[in-house]
Amino acid sequence: MADSSHESVQEAKRALAEVGYLADEPAALVSFLAQNLGKPVLVEGPAGVGKTELAKALSRATGRELVRLQCYEGLDEAKAMYEWNYRKQLLRIQAGGEAGWEDVQEDIFSSDFLLRRPLMQAIASPEPVVLLIDEIDKTDQEFEAMLLELLSDFQITIPELGQVAATTMPIVVLTSNDSRELTEALKRRCLYLWLDYPGIEREMEIVRLHVPELSEALTRRLVEVIEMVRELDLKKPPSIAESIDWARTLLLMGAEDVDRETFTRTMSIIVKHRTDIDLVAERVGMKLPEAPSPAG
Amino acid sequence: MSATASSPYGPQADPGPPGMAAKLLGFCEELRGEGVAVGTSEILDAFAALDQVSWTSGDDFREALAATIAKSQDDRRVFELLFDRYFFRAAEAEAIQRGVGEGEEAGGGEPGEGGGERLDLDQLGERIREAMVAGDEDALRDLARLALAAFGRGEGSGVVGVDVQRIRRTLGLSTGSQPATEGGELPPIDRDQLTGFERHLRRELERDLIERTETLPPSRPLAELDRALPTSPTQDLAAVHRAVSQMKRRLATLGHEQRGRNRGASVDVRRTMRASLETGGVPLRLRYRPKRPRRPEIYVLCDVSTSVTSASVFFLSVLHALHDSFRRLRSFVFIERISEVTDVFEHERDFAAVAQKISSEGGVADVSGYTDYGRVWLEFLTEISDELDPRSTVIVLGDARTNGRQPHAEVFAQIADRAGRLFWLNPEPRLYWNYGDSVMAAYERHCDGAFECWTTRHLENFVNVVAGGLPAPE
Repeated sequence: MADSSHESVQEAKRALAEVGYLADEPAALVSFLAQNLGKPVLVEGPAGVGKTELAKALSRATGRELVRLQCYEGLDEAKAMYEWNYRKQLLRIQAGGEAGWEDVQEDIFSSDFLLRRPLMQAIASPEPVVLLIDEIDKTDQEFEAMLLELLSDFQITIPELGQVAATTMPIVVLTSNDSRELTEALKRRCLYLWLDYPGIEREMEIVRLHVPELSEALTRRLVEVIEMVRELDLKKPPSIAESIDWARTLLLMGAEDVDRETFTRTMSIIVKHRTDIDLVAERVGMKLPEAPSPAG
Repeated sequence: MSATASSPYGPQADPGPPGMAAKLLGFCEELRGEGVAVGTSEILDAFAALDQVSWTSGDDFREALAATIAKSQDDRRVFELLFDRYFFRAAEAEAIQRGVGEGEEAGGGEPGEGGGERLDLDQLGERIREAMVAGDEDALRDLARLALAAFGRGEGSGVVGVDVQRIRRTLGLSTGSQPATEGGELPPIDRDQLTGFERHLRRELERDLIERTETLPPSRPLAELDRALPTSPTQDLAAVHRAVSQMKRRLATLGHEQRGRNRGASVDVRRTMRASLETGGVPLRLRYRPKRPRRPEIYVLCDVSTSVTSASVFFLSVLHALHDSFRRLRSFVFIERISEVTDVFEHERDFAAVAQKISSEGGVADVSGYTDYGRVWLEFLTEISDELDPRSTVIVLGDARTNGRQPHAEVFAQIADRAGRLFWLNPEPRLYWNYGDSVMAAYERHCDGAFECWTTRHLENFVNVVAGGLPAPE
């Protein structure tokens, strides 16, 4: 598919909706700006509100390939940017035989011997891509600092080769669960988007989009219950993906209403902590109506 | 230099309606005044972003500005508050310019009663009806401002509710079917639509009232109402966080130089092979895996009794920042007895919520409200001491005022023995130590360092001393 930049905010929103992502106004606006300004986007928010999904949807909506870098503690540049392929270099040296030292040296530090890791891939790709740097808050500050060159100039400096600048402008999306404060320097280079749990209406739309077979009344009921659960002080509140899973489960079970029994049986889909389960059973389960007689 | 002149983002940004650039810069200036870090690059981004969205759509305008300027939830909150205030004033100035209502800015001049004025009101009412039917919130908000301006600020009874109804009646707005207008019959207005407009009107009136009666300098209400968290002698949370993140780096690397250089290091095959390229593929030099600094284990004990009330907000913010930086951190609060609050900090990101939770359900047995240090050490020792080892650091935040109770310094000495390092941060000036019921000297002997600490400056000093490995000032 050809790369298509969206012309207006509404168009960006529609394009995202077409690929199954219902963006709210700020999200649509920021995705639109990201495409048109060529600035990276920093998306923060609680777990499970669709931060990563936004990047995936952007990739589908613009027809760009998605390059994903999953961050974790201890991630270094050899795994994120590039690494010299030393086996291949070794082979080259041994196979070279006749060639002079100068030649060999120049040869083994050429881009043929470079292993491209996600960041390098995104930069070097001939087609524009969407680069997703997931959970940036998991890495240490040093890694963040290393990203700065990439985020502001879209280039990477390799000592042996010089600068590799992007030929095409990637859309960069960074996500963070806000588990630590990111540096000012990083934030300054990004557009900022805070994603939160959707309201009832929008979550209904989302669930309906993914599980259209479930009746509207039941979907509303389900979303209302999820909302109640999220208001509790849980270790891990249910994410949007879990709402969808739950909707699918209810559909499979042929449930007609979220009554106390159905809830107790399927609760483990939305709540996944021992202590949370107890709390939810007590505070939400009890409020639900008793199941009608077994015959029903 | 115009802020748009050297935009690196393609074509020059459209400066928008005349004077807009200046207004935006003024807005950014106000944000800076509230402590939001707005850099020049952010302002340039804002202009570039505004170039991409329509100037007339209020929401897009606001979101585009927010995305480029407000880079955290806290900043965003300040942004929202300031945005309303700043651009509300801009709209007000516009109303004067267009001559809807007159003289209101000059301090309550009489609004004219001529025919022209009446006509304006009729037109206004009609436009409001149209906007209500269309459900156009942006327009309604603007119209509410115009309506207020037309009636003259400061003219009403001063009671917001009464004024809302007065303006509504004068504009001829009511539920049910509407009078015929030049534009033809309008559909009836329902209760919700009318309430919506009244809400806008109410907000404008309230703000007007605030402005007239209190004439606060622009930055005061924000500073007091919304950013008041760490109070009195303390600086803001961010500064505490900065000092603590420094501390993290230093604690993590401290004491490693003493260990044998390559002891326990393991060979990194990949890097050895890579290095062997220099020697033609013969691995002459071994490369070792970098040693990960061992994660420090930190135990923080924080006094939350009444004698340290003024400092405990600061202490809690230090705790909060510590939890942000260290994974292996256990925190305790104590008054008469000790209570672990690690969980509270781990589940609650928001500082205000943490503070509230600790005071409400910290579980600190607070019978008399007087600190019992001796008892606290005993409890800490029995519960935790098995887990203390030479790698662990214990930090005590408290004033060492025992209220005449048994200080149990010998128990404290045991704790100090088992832990690798023990630091004491005291919220009182050194001058007051050991006066009255303070038994600081008894404890200080066992500490690796005791510091006065009630501002971030002190905290930084503490970090420096710890990092430099200097002995604590005696």
